[in-house]
Amino acid sequence: MTSPALSRLAENLRAAPRRLRDTMLRSGKPDSDRTRSAFVFGNVFLHLHPARVHRWSLRPAATMGLGIITLAAFLVATVTGILLMVYYKPYPESAYTSIKDIHFVVPTGRFIRNAHRWSANLMVVGVLLHMARVFYTAAYRAPREFNWVIGMLLMAVTLGLSFTGYLLPWDQLAYWAVTIGANIAQSPREVTDSLGITRWFDPGGLQKELLLGSDQVGAEALIRFYLLHIMVLPLALVLLLAVHFWRVRKDGGIARPADADQRLGPVSAHPLFTQPQQKTWSLAALVKGRTPVVGKGPENTLPSMPHLLYAEGAALMLAAFASVGLAVLADAPLKELANPAVPENPAKAPWYFLGLQELVSYSAFMGGIGIPTIVILGLGLIPFLDREKEGTGLWFGGPGGARLVGTSAAFGLAAVVGIELVAIRFGWIREWWPGAPQLLITAINPGTVLAAAYGLFSAWLVRRHQSTRAGALGLFTCFAVGFVVLTIVGVHFRGPNWQFYWSHSDWPLH
Amino acid sequence: MSEARSRLDPEPLPRRDALGLFARWSAFATSIFATLGLLKLVKPGVLPSPSKRFRVTLPESLAPGEPFVVPGRPVVLVRDAAGVCAVSRVCTHLGCIVQPNASGFECPCHGSRFAADGSVLKGPAPKPLRWLALSSLGGGTFVIDESASVAPGTKVKG
Repeated sequence: MTSPALSRLAENLRAAPRRLRDTMLRSGKPDSDRTRSAFVFGNVFLHLHPARVHRWSLRPAATMGLGIITLAAFLVATVTGILLMVYYKPYPESAYTSIKDIHFVVPTGRFIRNAHRWSANLMVVGVLLHMARVFYTAAYRAPREFNWVIGMLLMAVTLGLSFTGYLLPWDQLAYWAVTIGANIAQSPREVTDSLGITRWFDPGGLQKELLLGSDQVGAEALIRFYLLHIMVLPLALVLLLAVHFWRVRKDGGIARPADADQRLGPVSAHPLFTQPQQKTWSLAALVKGRTPVVGKGPENTLPSMPHLLYAEGAALMLAAFASVGLAVLADAPLKELANPAVPENPAKAPWYFLGLQELVSYSAFMGGIGIPTIVILGLGLIPFLDREKEGTGLWFGGPGGARLVGTSAAFGLAAVVGIELVAIRFGWIREWWPGAPQLLITAINPGTVLAAAYGLFSAWLVRRHQSTRAGALGLFTCFAVGFVVLTIVGVHFRGPNWQFYWSHSDWPLH
Repeated sequence: MSEARSRLDPEPLPRRDALGLFARWSAFATSIFATLGLLKLVKPGVLPSPSKRFRVTLPESLAPGEPFVVPGRPVVLVRDAAGVCAVSRVCTHLGCIVQPNASGFECPCHGSRFAADGSVLKGPAPKPLRWLALSSLGGGTFVIDESASVAPGTKVKG
């Protein structure tokens, strides 16, 4: 006694999983050129990708996957951060104990906290390396100037996220690093005080007050930093990321040299097309402007599914694996409860700020605000000053570039080590001439002398090579080397009272 | 009228364009004004930190010239023949709390050194340590106001 309606129902029930999959993918299994394209542009999460991607961009050396790795670190930090919010209480009386609970009592809490901390570190490293990659391949050039500027903002927001997160454990490390940070925000007073105009014009005091909501780090500062950390800065980051990714696509994908096709040689490993072409790519011609395929055929491109998406998946997994692996191996630090009466000694900021802290130990305003502003303005101006065409998409801009970068690195290293040697061995103006006016020290201190030396060296390179790009290569390399060396000095060679020690084991016990 | 007008005698601005310009600039000014208005909330009207005035009694046994670190306050008191003075222990560089040493004070954060009278000997501190206003209540008890500076060298009998 079988009814046809019942057997149809059974048949539909059996087919339901398959149909669910088919409607989810919309275009079916990605096994032909057409369905592979549809797989990408028919999916809301993937359609930011091009349907086909140039072979140049798929070479590991083109990007090293650094942008995706940074994104992956952000995703890990977001997930672990939301989990931490389940138990964290942003009030001075309970912040420290709630972190302690997370670390010692909450199931998996310690692992999640460690993963949050490591992914945040990975994100900072990723941003810096990604910026270096874009710079050294001259990928900021037209039409990508604006995206470079967006990238700078993303770097600033990333550092802001790290800094605001640093306060939340409310331990000694957090309290004093943020006290120093807030007073750096106030350090324009170093100049306004010297000029005697602080009573009428006090941007430093205003910045500190807006940041802390008080004149010292307390409950108001904690809730403000929490708000910035979990709401304001992540929202800003996501908005900027959307613009950043969209512009990568609209500006023509990953930068490549004009003769990329010749450089790549004939296609050998992968078939470009799995089926004979039936249609020309006339749709692309409708889209005017700087899209990747306008005026060019699909030669030398591969379908994004699987080539690009699998590579991105690998980079995502690598970053997630690194965060998780480091979280298992090393704990995030937690010192004693914050004590406003006794500073941590030495009071060190997170490692990526220790280069700045080294400069700050000569002049608060120049090290904390003046030189960073000059660096950010300089970086932001690069794509508008370097209007050359040669070497775009090539590491160091071609054969001579690597040697230029080597020379610049040597100069940068010699300059920063030399100035640090002088300052550590012989002291600075205040020791030689105790009555020196503060403005003189603000203007002439190891940080400004170093920046000036790098600037002059770069100007000399521009003249010598008759090329703005040569000057930019030199300047960026010098500042990168300076940043690394100062960071190493801050991390390893500075002990109690910020004095120089060859080794951590030489530190006095008290 | 086909002859070219000079810069001093430009084409009159059509009314529609003038209104458009006015509208755009008003929108711009309004958004600036609104943003500043929003920041008004963020800027605290009253500083919520604890009172800066406090009372302290010097121990009888305090030797002349020996610094007395007030517990829980970033202030040091010194008594000598000329009277008592209060010196702030907040470093003028980046706000760390300086510690007394044999010759004066040293800052743990960036290595600033100060003489016993608060003047800068070494390091990045841009200004000497502040001397604080204090008044005597008699019997070795003083009221100190951390928010009020006095000229270095000011001492109070008591």
